Amino acid sequence: MSFLKRSPWIVHYDGASCNGCDIEVLACLTPRYDVERFGVVNTGNPKHADILLITGYINEQSQPVVKAIYEQMPEPRVVVAVGICATSGGIFRECYNTKGGVDSTIPVDVYVPGCAARPESIIDGVVKAIAVLEEKHLAMKKARAAS
Amino acid sequence: MIPEQVIHDIEPAALRERTAAYRRDGWRLVQICSTTLDVFELSYSFTRDDRFEHLRLRLPLEGAQVDSITEEYFGAFAYENEIHDLFGIRFDGLKLDYLGNFFKTSVSKPFATSMCVVTGGKNNG
Amino acid sequence: MGERTVIPFGPQHPVLPEPIHIDLVVEDEHVVEAIPSFGFIHRGLEKLVEKKDFHEFTYVAERVCGICSYIHGMGYCQAVETVMNIQIPPRAKWLRTFWCELSRAHSHLLWAGLLADAFGFENLFMQCWRIRETVLDVIEETTGGRVIFGSAKIGGVRRDVDNDTLKRCAVKIASAAAEFEELKKVFRDDYSVKQRLCGIGMLSRDDAWTLGAVGPTLRGSGVRTDTRLEGYAAYNELKIEPIVETACDSYARCMVRMHEVTQSFDLIQEIAARTPEGPVFEKPSGYPNGEYFARLEQPRGEVIYYVKGNGTKNLSRFRVRTPTFANIPPLLHMLQGCELADVGLIVLTIDPCISCAER
Ligand code: SF4
Repeated sequence: MSFLKRSPWIVHYDGASCNGCDIEVLACLTPRYDVERFGVVNTGNPKHADILLITGYINEQSQPVVKAIYEQMPEPRVVVAVGICATSGGIFRECYNTKGGVDSTIPVDVYVPGCAARPESIIDGVVKAIAVLEEKHLAMKKARAAS
Repeated sequence: MIPEQVIHDIEPAALRERTAAYRRDGWRLVQICSTTLDVFELSYSFTRDDRFEHLRLRLPLEGAQVDSITEEYFGAFAYENEIHDLFGIRFDGLKLDYLGNFFKTSVSKPFATSMCVVTGGKNNG
Repeated sequence: MGERTVIPFGPQHPVLPEPIHIDLVVEDEHVVEAIPSFGFIHRGLEKLVEKKDFHEFTYVAERVCGICSYIHGMGYCQAVETVMNIQIPPRAKWLRTFWCELSRAHSHLLWAGLLADAFGFENLFMQCWRIRETVLDVIEETTGGRVIFGSAKIGGVRRDVDNDTLKRCAVKIASAAAEFEELKKVFRDDYSVKQRLCGIGMLSRDDAWTLGAVGPTLRGSGVRTDTRLEGYAAYNELKIEPIVETACDSYARCMVRMHEVTQSFDLIQEIAARTPEGPVFEKPSGYPNGEYFARLEQPRGEVIYYVKGNGTKNLSRFRVRTPTFANIPPLLHMLQGCELADVGLIVLTIDPCISCAER
């Protein structure tokens, strides 16, 4: 992990999930997995965050909330969809209240598979997200230099 | 021992009276459940000690309405509001009425018809 | 007399891992009324029975909630089995009980961690979740999953666990149990824990009963009940003594759960030693026709699964009444008159599981 220059901050939101993925996200913070050793910090405030972790699919109720959180985040920002629900609606895809995966509402950069997603894969997803964040940051820098 | 489940069929008009009797005898309201068949079938479950009983009544699909039991069991408001929002059954004399805002769903009264196929999200492809 | 203000609590709130929204009417620092609203994670999964056949639906039932997932799947199976008149093999019954108790232990540990986190005891939160990982290891070793087990099946269980593995698991659980005793002491005696919990969120015995509270919330108010006493699965061969506390406050509810973890750890040891040999699955034939209300004890309390079959592969109705849903009226009662700063904590003491409540 020596390439990591920054300490990415994460905000987590639960769309409409069964909770399985949420508790695995929480488990990532605890001693066994401890993502804080990579400098990853969990925050409750979207304005402080670089990475948005979303579990669960999107319904009409949560759509505006997710949009609002996303828009409050400063650029560059990365969205990680955790679990099959967040990817496509998963097992609840045929329910009447389902809008679809997270990408039906906001652009998603990293998809984490699994039902429930394992902490190892969530961490892997976050590491990928950090790489995407770095890329976006460089692109922004270039654009600024060009203008 | 798993207790025998007794289902009493009753008329909707007798609901309040029967519920009040359960309340007097110290039973706990376990749940209210509605099922859509060619009528709405409501089941009110009560428990005490190791007994488990249900009151069962039937309501027409059109314009279903029944007395609220929140006078006897205040906790019933949660079930009654839920059934109102999902099935469209009206409860008279509800003590805490959300006026249809308890469950916000994208389809109104999703459970009011049975076997209907409501297709999911448009963005699933 | 102060002015009345309405403060919205949630849906995204730091003490809640899940979205719930409560409008709090406050006067100065006191809550006068609390009005919850739902629908953020309503999935309408009860409606899915019309699209999935009744075997497949087991997996949907498991995903009612990810914390007590196994008991949801198993309760659904139990209801369908009763309707279809299937006797599952004894070994399957014992294995189911084994997983039920593991679920209870992991769920209560998870809750204890969240509670500690809610009053700012970060260290305790980490310790609870560290012990919980050992329980999850055992679950993973026996089922293959960590939070969604996928091992309930109509007619028995999906896979057998050999006796050596059971023994090995018992040893692991014993070490977790020993570590847990240390933690329990903290919850029981620590000054700051008591400061935050004692006398907060009172719920009298009568109110708890008439408002329909279930599980640790009801037992914390001094009512001796536990659905496990009915003896479903293998519980009729185990000795269960419900854990009752009489203080009626948040501390009582916390202690009920603490003692239940110890009880579950003991039961797991016993089950691992006593599980009989034999097959674990009996193939069901035909379609369910009839109705049944299955009643089980979840970590959060009594849960009801109602199944009505019509002789085809799709059921006409599946309904689950989850413990959190039943505990909402008592919760509103507890919130009346409490201080604003205690709201988050009181909400936590019923161990809310919103995805259960909204389904
Ligand atoms: S992906 Fe599976 S475990 Fe995760 S929230 Fe969805 S149903 Fe639950």
